[in-house]
Amino acid sequence: MAKRKSDIGTLYKGSPGQWSWLLHRITGVAIILFLFAHVVDTAVVGWGPDAYNRVVEVYHNWVVRLLELGLVAAVLYHAINGVKIMVFDFWPSSARRMKPISLAATLLFVGSMIPVTWLMGRDILNLALGWDL
Amino acid sequence: MAVDTQEHAAEPAGRPRTGRRAGRERPGAGFELWSWLFMRVSGIVLLFLAVGHVLIMHVIDTGVSRVDFEFVALRWGSPFWRTWDWALLVLALVHGINGLRIVAQDYVRWPGVRFAVNMLFAVIGFSLFVLGTVIVFTFDPSDWPVT
Repeated sequence: MAKRKSDIGTLYKGSPGQWSWLLHRITGVAIILFLFAHVVDTAVVGWGPDAYNRVVEVYHNWVVRLLELGLVAAVLYHAINGVKIMVFDFWPSSARRMKPISLAATLLFVGSMIPVTWLMGRDILNLALGWDL
Repeated sequence: MAVDTQEHAAEPAGRPRTGRRAGRERPGAGFELWSWLFMRVSGIVLLFLAVGHVLIMHVIDTGVSRVDFEFVALRWGSPFWRTWDWALLVLALVHGINGLRIVAQDYVRWPGVRFAVNMLFAVIGFSLFVLGTVIVFTFDPSDWPVT
């Protein structure tokens, strides 16, 4: 019988955890790329108030705030899914309960995003529409 | 050094492939084992440093709206927050750049190009480490007295 791709067993791929594997990778790359920019924008504080306040002005814009909400979601997802990976790594027998554990991690992520979306979304709406939530 | 598919293909024949194995297999020994362990240990620390940072700076109160020069000057008046931010800088950079190295192992097949990509990220990471470290430890708001 011909070997299926999943028989070769490359890193993380082609198992029940493939979607969380992909999301872990995407959120990780997104976070490190943002970090490159963020270290530079924060370092501008060393050039004084005029320079720094002009740089953080960029964040006082609802489109950037929407991206910021995405960043917070990425950090929370990567963190919660990272804990899930460690549970499977350090207690291998827990992999038998992969489905409920994955469901719990997903629920924890969605649940934590509800207050975060409210708190940040309020500011985004205020900036975008001139509301006062 | 690169983890190639050959290693996996040479797994013991008796072991059934149930598809139940979660995550990336723990490397056997050497640098890759230490890298594997580092990602997990730094991950646990970053769980507090990075999630705490994001919640404090971006979510609670009015989030990033309240962040300006004065806010940073006040915050970095405390050695606690300078230490927090520096530890976060170092761990996030090493964790993230090592993550990019693992991603490059999968997608950049030609070893010469992969080496160049890894070196590029390493140089960016080291430069940002130096820049961030200098700023975190030398920042002194009294250089700009309020007039």
